[in-house]
Amino acid sequence: MRRLFKTFIFGIVLGAFGAGALVYFVPAVDLHRERSLISVQPNGGNLEKFRINLPRDRILVGLPGVDDSIPAGLDWPGAEFLGDMQAEVFKVRDENSAVVGVASRLASSSEETGPFIEWVVHLPARGTMYVQMELTPAADGVRNGVLRSGTREFEPLHGNVREQFVLAAEDDDVQGRIVLETALVGTLGDEE
Amino acid sequence: MKYLYSLAIGILVGAVLFVLGLYYNPFSAQTAVSPLAVTTDQVIDLSFSGVPNEGILYTDHGESVVSPYPDRVSELWEPAVVKTSVWVTEFQVGRGEATGIGVKFITESEKTRLINGEALANSVWHVYLPGQGTFLVDQTENYWSYIREVVIPARVSSGDNWLGAFHGVMTNGPGSLGTGRVTGGSGKFTNLESEAVESLSARGYSSVTGPVSMTRNLTIALSSAKAE
Repeated sequence: MRRLFKTFIFGIVLGAFGAGALVYFVPAVDLHRERSLISVQPNGGNLEKFRINLPRDRILVGLPGVDDSIPAGLDWPGAEFLGDMQAEVFKVRDENSAVVGVASRLASSSEETGPFIEWVVHLPARGTMYVQMELTPAADGVRNGVLRSGTREFEPLHGNVREQFVLAAEDDDVQGRIVLETALVGTLGDEE
Repeated sequence: MKYLYSLAIGILVGAVLFVLGLYYNPFSAQTAVSPLAVTTDQVIDLSFSGVPNEGILYTDHGESVVSPYPDRVSELWEPAVVKTSVWVTEFQVGRGEATGIGVKFITESEKTRLINGEALANSVWHVYLPGQGTFLVDQTENYWSYIREVVIPARVSSGDNWLGAFHGVMTNGPGSLGTGRVTGGSGKFTNLESEAVESLSARGYSSVTGPVSMTRNLTIALSSAKAE
């Protein structure tokens, strides 16, 4: 009887340590990662392209005219409260067309705040980029911007971001694409 | 054979004791007082409903307790974003006066360690306040107290719900004092580098539909003047 009780106590200790080891060593969250498709620029820095297929990747479109908002049934505050501010939320894809994150784009020409066009690109397994774009696109239709700040993987980086709307080919299954191209370089590179 | 049964029952009891220890661990309690409560800097206190269908938009993978809102919103079912949710909400100040709009991206964090009382999420806010400007808030949030004191009691309740009073500070980083980081974008927030804290007050939760009565607050300290 005494040996049986000792076995039971040993089991309790084993169970407690086993559960502890399981909780400690097995990650509670394991995020899926797509392979990053990055190319290195000749003058340093990493080049990466993201794309947004329209209209498929739209999650939200909030325009001054309430009736134009997406998705259907969205209770968008409208122009009376937000002025001419436009808000869009998208899924973001890599060059292989795999969804790798989500992004928001806010734009306004309000004189009170100063006109702005901003992106927040959130890549769950990597971090977030906060990007400010120039108001006027270049002659080739490309709008340039800068990385204002980043989190996690993007925190020590700085560089430029280009935004371009590309009409899809006739045989394509989308109407068009927003292409975001980041050219980022680490702070360490500057110090060397 | 009886020794084997004894060992198996012992292992089960040991595992249950460990889980109970984890759940009732008094050292994993989170603070209910914001680190910005004693700041002498000017603060902006933005409140919003924590009930997803009282906001403008909420979406996730579509299989969670909380239903995406509005009904026809695109769901985040792709593997890379399946642990991410998107909120779009209207902010209010004072007595419910609408003051701005925010887009929040929340992703479960791989740094989650339940053994340390940490159920972490990485989140960012993209905020626009009409007449004032835009800014980004990035933060790490710890939902362990909320899960322990609200979500689990609702799940084990025979009525599948929880009623009570819970208040907790969700933000626990990346700032050393447990504050989130604010980066100014435009308007009066241009070049702002500051801190933020998000808190949550719950009064009702259903394990079937999610939050029933919940208010959240995002407090921004305007600690650094416009540095141009």
